[in-house]
Amino acid sequence: MPAVSTLARPQLDALLRGSGLYLRTGPFTTCIKSTIPHIIDGIARMYAAHRFEPQADYADFYVTLSASAGWRRWFRRQVNFHFDGDHPFLPLPLDQAFPMLEWVLNWCITGRAHSYLILHAAVVEKHGRAVIMPAPPGSGKSTLCAALVNSGWRLLSDELTLVGLDDGLLTPVPRPISLKNASIGVIRAFVADAVMSRAVAGTVKGTIAHLLPPAASIARAGERALPGWVIFPRYQAGSALVMAPLPKARAFMQVAENSFNYSVVGAAGFAALGGLIERSDCYQFTYSSLAEAIERFDALARGAP
Amino acid sequence: MTPRPHLLQVWQDPGRLVALTLREWDLMLRQADSADLAASLLYLVQQHDLLEQIPAPARAKLEWVRPHAQRHRQAVAFEVGKIGAALRGVGVPLILLKGAAYTQAGLACSHGRLFSDIDILVPKAGLDATEAALMMNGWVSGHNDAYDQRYYRQWMHELPPMHHVKRQSVIDVHHAILPQTAAVRPNPDKLRAAAVAVDGQPDLWVLAPADMVLHSAVHLFYEGEFNHGLRDLLDLHRLLEQFGREPGFWNGLPARAVELELTRPLFYALRYAGRLLQTTIPPSVVLAAEAGRPNRLLLALMDQLFGRALLPAHASCADWLTGAAGLLLFIRANWLRMPPLMLARHLFHKAFISQKK
Repeated sequence: MPAVSTLARPQLDALLRGSGLYLRTGPFTTCIKSTIPHIIDGIARMYAAHRFEPQADYADFYVTLSASAGWRRWFRRQVNFHFDGDHPFLPLPLDQAFPMLEWVLNWCITGRAHSYLILHAAVVEKHGRAVIMPAPPGSGKSTLCAALVNSGWRLLSDELTLVGLDDGLLTPVPRPISLKNASIGVIRAFVADAVMSRAVAGTVKGTIAHLLPPAASIARAGERALPGWVIFPRYQAGSALVMAPLPKARAFMQVAENSFNYSVVGAAGFAALGGLIERSDCYQFTYSSLAEAIERFDALARGAP
Repeated sequence: MTPRPHLLQVWQDPGRLVALTLREWDLMLRQADSADLAASLLYLVQQHDLLEQIPAPARAKLEWVRPHAQRHRQAVAFEVGKIGAALRGVGVPLILLKGAAYTQAGLACSHGRLFSDIDILVPKAGLDATEAALMMNGWVSGHNDAYDQRYYRQWMHELPPMHHVKRQSVIDVHHAILPQTAAVRPNPDKLRAAAVAVDGQPDLWVLAPADMVLHSAVHLFYEGEFNHGLRDLLDLHRLLEQFGREPGFWNGLPARAVELELTRPLFYALRYAGRLLQTTIPPSVVLAAEAGRPNRLLLALMDQLFGRALLPAHASCADWLTGAAGLLLFIRANWLRMPPLMLARHLFHKAFISQKK
């Protein structure tokens, strides 16, 4: 399968405007169609290293993002999302087209791919074992994830942890990392040559920019990982670094609350989550310095308790 | 007309499943999603032991629905148990209808069939006691509008849908299978008298095979919304294929339709199941069902309307008349529900009075 970067810009344009780009992200193939320049630019910049299916025979999801017609063509322009002919959401301002693409790519997975228990959690791996970081928005999960993957950890995903219901292994879906508000500047300062998408202000989550993950993480999207740790991170300005063990029963409940499809998959999800917690050391983690946090994570990966 | 989609052909000819290319699977799975049939397709492939022989991406996508389908089956059994417990002291026999009945009776058409409401049938005389018992056990009526309450209680064949306050599960309590205001009103006493006990589940009943088929046909061909049209037609196909192997079923079906005044829906059921899904129907039954055949003009129109509305709601199955067919069937369904004057009053109320709140 060739990389998107092998397409000259006019070819990429023609695919997205025509029969669709069959983009491969982890185990999923999504047929994306759009004539919106923000989308085409965003894919050219943020998905260059991802693969696509030139045969265009099969896709798991059919996604179209189109600009609104009528007077909206000229004034207060909007982007509409179509899911194989369905129209599940209200439009957003056209400027938010690329964040919307990222958002709907997550939505496609969380509502359908029920052979996984799907957690709202960042997941990164080193030496074959993964850290799962479930956390509510604002806890600094994505920031920590972005810093880790630029310090030798492999990105599986910054939003979706896919736990196999049959074997408990974690399936990667490496895609651009979503950074919000102050995190954008923090990561620009932390990662010397960070490649980011255009920052978009005024979304429901504030200003959003996406960070390109390391090429090695994308290349290794087919390698699943064993869970090693479940860590609930919390950024707290000026605080000392604390890695406090968390009782497993409590960790179980907190992870379940951060699952997209726990109630859909029923008993199989309960068993998978039980297995995950059993295999993992669970911690509550408070930090204020990214450098210290990474040092602590590296120590975990080396086998320190 | 374009050739019948593969999604319509595989039920009678599952061998076809292994002959499809990846591109054909792609389209069939998209159509199955639109028709809510992905889980049914998974069970079809599995039942014929073909999972290993279909393209890997199609297999992976079919596997997505398995945990959901398993959980659904478990949840239905749980809810039916709760309803049974709630009604134990009431003295009305619990008769399940439609999806819950297929699932609890272990019929082939329940494999992979996902549905949201549980439908039950109780005698009209026991309606108040049933409702009270359900309320005592946590189910509440969702329609608090006085007009809606009257609409259901005076005119319809069911109570306003009730949902459980904690589990959010929904029950439709029926006392008949068509509205009290419809021109045709099959006698529910006859349905209840013929009901059969579910094996191994005390105090649980389902309709007799012929009645189950007729109710399924009534439901499909009197309804106004066809987003589950193909799924419901597939119910008919699988019920007919399964019951058709039981002695006496085919002979009794047309006669029972006459008895219950349901010859028209039976005619439609056999016609469209045969045409779209190639259901096996003995020629003598086709002949006997002619009793319900509409006049030539009406039938030509219905062929056009149902021929479109019963396809998956996917762009690949639509033509320029699909939208119009859906609209006409919606109007027809309301027409069948109540006499014209009453319908006019009802629509007037819904359009100009209910909305103001």
